[in-house]
Amino acid sequence: MMRYVLSLLVALAFWVAPVVAQDGPLRIEITEGVIEPLPFAAPDFVSDNATGADLGRKIADVVAADLTGTGLFREIQPDAFISRVTSFSSPVQFADWKAINTQALITGAVTADGNGKLVVRFRLYDVFAGQELGQGLQLEGTQDGWRRMAHKVADQVYSRITGEAPYFDSRVVFVAESGPKDQRSKRLAIMDYDGANVSYLTDSTSIVLAPRFSPDGKRVLYTSYESGFPRIYVMDVGAVQRRVLESQDGQMSFAPRFGPDGRAVLYSVSRGGNTDLYRMDIDSGASTRLTTAPSIETAPSFSPDGSQIVFESDRSGTPQLYVMPAGGGEAQRISFGQGRYGTPVWSPRGDLIAFTKQSKGRFHIGVMRTDGSEERLLTASFLDEGPTWSPNGRVIMFTRETQGAQGSASLYSVDITGRNLRQVGTTTGASDPSWSPLQD
Amino acid sequence: MTYLSKTLMLCAGLALAACSSPDRFGDSNTVDLNSAGGTMAGTAQDPASPLYFQQTVGDRVLFQVDQSTLTSTAQATLDGQAQWLLTNTDYNAVIEGHADEQGTREYNLALGARRANSVHEYLVSKGVAGNRLKVISYGKERPIELCSNEACYAKNRRAVTVISAIPSS
Repeated sequence: MMRYVLSLLVALAFWVAPVVAQDGPLRIEITEGVIEPLPFAAPDFVSDNATGADLGRKIADVVAADLTGTGLFREIQPDAFISRVTSFSSPVQFADWKAINTQALITGAVTADGNGKLVVRFRLYDVFAGQELGQGLQLEGTQDGWRRMAHKVADQVYSRITGEAPYFDSRVVFVAESGPKDQRSKRLAIMDYDGANVSYLTDSTSIVLAPRFSPDGKRVLYTSYESGFPRIYVMDVGAVQRRVLESQDGQMSFAPRFGPDGRAVLYSVSRGGNTDLYRMDIDSGASTRLTTAPSIETAPSFSPDGSQIVFESDRSGTPQLYVMPAGGGEAQRISFGQGRYGTPVWSPRGDLIAFTKQSKGRFHIGVMRTDGSEERLLTASFLDEGPTWSPNGRVIMFTRETQGAQGSASLYSVDITGRNLRQVGTTTGASDPSWSPLQD
Repeated sequence: MTYLSKTLMLCAGLALAACSSPDRFGDSNTVDLNSAGGTMAGTAQDPASPLYFQQTVGDRVLFQVDQSTLTSTAQATLDGQAQWLLTNTDYNAVIEGHADEQGTREYNLALGARRANSVHEYLVSKGVAGNRLKVISYGKERPIELCSNEACYAKNRRAVTVISAIPSS
C-alpha cells in the first residue's frame, strides 16, 4: 500500500500527466483528477519530563501541519487512535494503526534538559508493510529552535514518501503591509515558510519593495525609497545591516535578483524614462548593461545554471517574456498567449518558468516550459502577481491583492499542479514573497 | 483663515498626493502644502506660491492605459507649469510618475518612470533647466483614488509635478 502511494506521489511530482506507474501488483493511472491524500498519524512525541512533553506535542503538531499543508497527506486525528505511543522504543502495534487506516506512522521522542538543549528522535513507519521507512533519526538543537526541528522531521517524512527534495525548513522574506491603499506602510519582514516567527528587517518610514534571497539565504536584495528615490539595497539578514548597492544620481534602480553564484546580481535601471537590464558583480560593484532597447526591460531572473536570463519586455508593444544569454545579446520571445506577461522566475529545477499573466481583466500565476511551451495557469483572481518557488520547485508562493478601497494584499501558495491553493497565515497584510533555499 | 480652511478642504476633497504624504522624501526642502497655515506654500491667490501652482496652474497630467504620451490637455497644463517654473526660479520640482494597479509592480515602476520622463522632456523643451527637475516613479505604490475601476484608475495614471524650494545653502 505504501509502495502504491509512494509511486503515486513520485509520479505526481513530475507533473506530466498522465503517468502510468506500475509497481508490484498495483497499477495506477494518474490523471488530472483529485488525488487521495495519504493518511498518516503523528502522535505527540514522547518525553520523560513536562518541558519535553510540551515540546513533543507542539513538534508533532507542526510536523502534521507541514504534511497536511502540502495537500498530499491527511492527518488521522488522535481521538481515533487505538494504540497509544508511550515509549519510543516499544514495538509498534501495526494492527492497531492498520485498523484506523493509517498508512504512515510518525513516532518521536523529545529530550529537553534544563539548559535549553533539545534532542528530537523520530521514526517513520510504513504501517501496511509493517516496517520502518528509512532509518530513525536524531536531531539536536536548542529548545527555542523547536519549530525548525519539527520542520526538519517533516522534511524527512515528506522526502522519504515522495522521493522529492523537501522544503519545510525554509524561510520567506516579504513586505509586511498596513494602512489604507493610498498611504500604505511597508516593512521588510522575514518568517518561517508557514508564517511563524515573523521578524522585521526595516521600519515603515520608507517604501520597500520586492525582497529577494541570496542563494545561501543569508542576504536579501530589495528596493527602498529611503534616499527619496528607488534604489537597490543588500541586507545581511543575520546582522540586519544594509548597504546601498546601486545609487547613481538621476536614475532609479529596482527589480534586483541574485544569480545562482550569489555574486552576480541582475536588476533594472530607469534613466531618461527608459528601463534596461544590468548585471552587477556584488563584490566588486562593477556593472554591465545588458539591454539597450528603448522599450521597458525589467524583472530579470537567471536560469539555475547561470547561463540564461528570462525577463519581461514590452518591445513588442505589450509586456512579454524573453530569454537571452546571461551576458546579454539576442533575446528570444517565449510567451505567445493572449494577454500580458510579467515577473518571470526560473524554477530551481530549471525546467519551468513561473510568471504573472494579465488577461481579460484578471491576473494569473502560471508556469510554462523554458521555451514557452505547455503554458498552464494555476490561479485566477482580481490581482495575483510575483511568484516565488519553493526550494524543491514543487510549490509557488505569490501575492494576492483584493480589489476596492478596502483592498489588501496577502500571500498564497499553490502546487505547480494547480492544486492546493491556500493562504499563508500572516498577521499583517503581506506582499512580494521570496522563498529561501532549504536551511542547513 | 478662510483661505486656510478652503485649502484644507480642497486637499481633502481632491485627496491630493502631496497632502497625504507630505514628508515622503524625508527632506525638509520639500514644501509641505498641507502644513498648518501653509506659510511656505503661500496662498492660492499668490501666483508665485506653490499652492497656486498646484491648484491654479495644475500640478498633474493624466495618461491613457499603458501610455506615456501627453494628450493636448496635458500639454496645455504643462505649458502653464513651464511658464510658472520659468517665472519662479526659486523653486525646483520633482516629477512623480504613477500607474494604476493593473499591472505588475516592476512594470508599473518602469511605466511611471516613462510618464515622469515625458513631463520632464516637455518642460525642458519649453525652456525649464533640466537641473531644476528630478523624476521619480512610484509605480502603483501611491494611488490617490482607491476604487478598482476605470474611474479611479484614470486619476491614478498620472504625473505630478511637486514644487520644492531650492536649498538655501
